[in-house]
Amino acid sequence: MRDKLEKYALRSILIGYLIVLIVAPLSAVYVQGFSLGLSNFWKTVTDEMALHAITLTIRLAVIATLIQIIIGTLIAYVLTRYEFPGKRYLNSLVDLPFALPTAVSGVMFLMVLTPNSFVGQMLDSIGISLLFNQSAIIIGMVFVTFPFIVRAVQPLLENLDEDQVQASYTLGASKWRTFCKVVFPAILPGIIAGSLLAFSRALAEFGVIALISGNIPMETLVASVYIFGQIESFNTEGATAVSVVLLTFSFLVLWITNLTRRRGDI
Amino acid sequence: MRKLLISATWFLFILIIIFPISFIVTGAFEEGWSGFIEALTRPEALHAMKISLYIVVVVTIFNVGLGILFSLELVRGNWLARWVKPVINAIIDLPFAVSPVIGGFMIILLYGPETVLGIFFASFGVDIVFALPGMILATMFVTFPFVVREVVPVLEEIGEDVEEASRTLGASKWRTFRQVTWPSIQWPVVYGAVLTIARSLGEFGAVLVVSGNIINQTQTVTTLVYQDADYFNVVGANSLALILCLISIVTLLVLDGLKRRQEVLRSEHSSEGSV
Amino acid sequence: MNIQVKDLYKNFGDFQAIKGVDFSIEEGKLVGLLGPSGGGKTSILRMLAGLEEPSSGQVILNGKVANGLTVQEREIGFVFQNYALFKHMTVFENVAYGLKVKKVDKARIKQRVEELLELMGLAQTINKYPHQLSGGQKQRVAFARALAPKPKLLLLDEPFAAIDAKVRKDLRLWLRNVISEFGITTIFVTHDQDEAIEVADELLIINSGKVEQQGTPWDIYHRPASRFVAEFLGNSNQLISPVTLKGFEILQKYQDGQEWKENSSVFIRPEWIEIRPLDVSYQKNAGETAEVTHVHFRGDAWYIELQLADLKLFTSLSINAPRYQVGDQVNLLIHKLSIFSDVGNEIAGNSLLNVSLSYHI
Ligand SMILES: Nc1ncnc2c1ncn2[C@@H]1O[C@H](COP(=O)(O)OP(=O)(O)OP(=O)(O)O)[C@@H](O)[C@H]1O
Ligand SMILES: [Mg+2]
Repeated sequence: MRDKLEKYALRSILIGYLIVLIVAPLSAVYVQGFSLGLSNFWKTVTDEMALHAITLTIRLAVIATLIQIIIGTLIAYVLTRYEFPGKRYLNSLVDLPFALPTAVSGVMFLMVLTPNSFVGQMLDSIGISLLFNQSAIIIGMVFVTFPFIVRAVQPLLENLDEDQVQASYTLGASKWRTFCKVVFPAILPGIIAGSLLAFSRALAEFGVIALISGNIPMETLVASVYIFGQIESFNTEGATAVSVVLLTFSFLVLWITNLTRRRGDI
Repeated sequence: MRKLLISATWFLFILIIIFPISFIVTGAFEEGWSGFIEALTRPEALHAMKISLYIVVVVTIFNVGLGILFSLELVRGNWLARWVKPVINAIIDLPFAVSPVIGGFMIILLYGPETVLGIFFASFGVDIVFALPGMILATMFVTFPFVVREVVPVLEEIGEDVEEASRTLGASKWRTFRQVTWPSIQWPVVYGAVLTIARSLGEFGAVLVVSGNIINQTQTVTTLVYQDADYFNVVGANSLALILCLISIVTLLVLDGLKRRQEVLRSEHSSEGSV
Repeated sequence: MNIQVKDLYKNFGDFQAIKGVDFSIEEGKLVGLLGPSGGGKTSILRMLAGLEEPSSGQVILNGKVANGLTVQEREIGFVFQNYALFKHMTVFENVAYGLKVKKVDKARIKQRVEELLELMGLAQTINKYPHQLSGGQKQRVAFARALAPKPKLLLLDEPFAAIDAKVRKDLRLWLRNVISEFGITTIFVTHDQDEAIEVADELLIINSGKVEQQGTPWDIYHRPASRFVAEFLGNSNQLISPVTLKGFEILQKYQDGQEWKENSSVFIRPEWIEIRPLDVSYQKNAGETAEVTHVHFRGDAWYIELQLADLKLFTSLSINAPRYQVGDQVNLLIHKLSIFSDVGNEIAGNSLLNVSLSYHI
């Protein structure tokens, strides 16, 4: 009897924890969103500034992910296929952008790119500015998504049979051809999974971008910073509507990630 | 080709990670050691550290403790109908997908001063939003998946056999957990705990939104860094950033060590059949 | 411990794994649960152990209904198919575990563990970890661990499944001896019939959630209660389509032209077939002339295939018996055959032999 009671108490606590911590808050956003009414919701979302923030975020996240696919695959390839001095350190460094608090990363890029720094002066002298504009946002997004593709591709490359690669060489295939026909198909699932993760992280990123984008409405204001601004100015409606859009987008990406992962298992 | 690729890799690492970090170091020491120390020992910095420490401790205790119980029930509990487990699994992943700003916003929507729950708690004199409880909730939300994600696959891998063997030998549930299950999951738990600590220390967006960033009250180290940067307090921002950065690096080293350890253990197990 | 199981059912969701099982087992018996994969052997064993709760029905241990008892209270030893050794504990700690739980004092534990390990031939491995042991050693540690707290009932789930054939043979004889030495009631699951026949005092044949037959190996082999048991246990010649066989007019009763009636199946065990020279004098008429079509050396016997009119039969012959060549004409004597049909099962003897063997089962 006591045993049963204990069991039910434990279960209630766990379910309650899940509800209080995750389910209820998430639902709150959607409930609040629906309570706006469809037309109101639509009006808020299609508000010029909000819409621009959403489309800008998606566009830049796509660009950052594409850049990441190239850098990430290259780094994963070099880190698994080649032996060279310092490799171990680089390998541990991969996770640093993920481990670094985003406020720290933001301050860091602020320091690098500010017009006072020698980098800023150098860039300025050739007529380039990378701070408080869209390229700054892309830099921030690329930085925070740095580990995802590398870490998704690495294990696949490690498992790739050296025999297969050599078989391809013995059949007369060039290195490039071997990469395209043997290596690339093997790591493609990792690239896809990694870029989905990177994309959803880029969509959600706040800290770095808030510090280095300048947050100029209609120019460099991304969705997460827009939401923050609406909360600061007590405009719950605006914050809710954009949150609903961004959340739904993120869940969609998560769902697709899970689907592809499950496909990969079989 | 090989040389070129390796050089490109080095170049990318230096450009994206190493070079920028060096700016934090120079920024922190722009006014020498004394400036650095002074920035760290400002009253608001000390207060922020205290708040961050509270959050880290409470969040870690809750998420590790309940995370372990959760994983056990999720893997071993047969009371959950078959369709429930994937649903819970998906829910556990959600915090990873949610933007931190929204993570904080949710808490305001649910427990804000004008909501039913907010008023309810306020009647007991407990403020949730713009106060420590809300910041803890937000951080708990963000870090919830870490322990569960580490422990669940290990529990699945070790299977229920050994635990059943222990029970057939007369051991109670608690003894079985302590002597049979725990030794297998202790390192994954530590791993998840380290991730939880690192993330709750570094969490910025969610905490910023919920806390209102009130100096000497609800300010954490990360939100103070943000404020310093906003006010062009270069030394202040970079000194704290440097400390956080060092903690991140230590965290990575610890995690790396733990991973190595687990790999060694795993290879021992897999050699079991072949000996 | 004596065991009674009454009308036991077990459902997993919509799936009925155990569909009404009744049996009883006397104290001190060594019983094998034998049956095809997925038949429900493990499920029955786990319900006896208390690791799984029956959906309905009773498990009675020593005259007391045990349904409400937890695993810990049942005083059983359970050996798992994959040993389930505690991998972070040494052999000594593994075996001592159950004794520590019982709060036996340290010196006694040490003495008992050492005694057991000695008996199991594991004295050398006492401080090793499971991953440093061979499969057979792990198996024996698992036995020692289960036996250490002196359980009243020992349950083994496919104890030898993961061990290679040669070691398995040694181990099962060893197991038999150890168990009879301890005199402990034991139930073991297997789907290896040789193992079951060699080790068990008594067998329970389990198929699709039901007990097909309970009895001694000899009984079950010689008087299978159902077509399933006849097919499952040992090798048999099955007569796929109706034939007329000298001395078995009874077969007419079960055939209807070219078909068997009433779902009949007819089996002839190889040892019921006798091969004799063509010029045999004793009861020559009871046999028929057949041709040897295949002879194969099997190590301990000859495996021989014969053609009798349209019928292909096989049998085996002691290596010391006279040798036959492919193409030899022989006098083939069938002593008996078994018939399973909807109207009843029987074992029919050759009516031309003067000794009557027919009986009903
Ligand atoms: N936990 C479970 N959930 C759902 N079905 C189960 C479960 N355990 C067993 N079954 C099903 O019950 C049936 C009997 O399983 P059981 O393990 O008892 O068979 P078995 O005779 O031991 O087979 P084997 O010789 O392969 O071990 C099987 O069809 C199996 O799929
Ligand atoms: Mg089984």
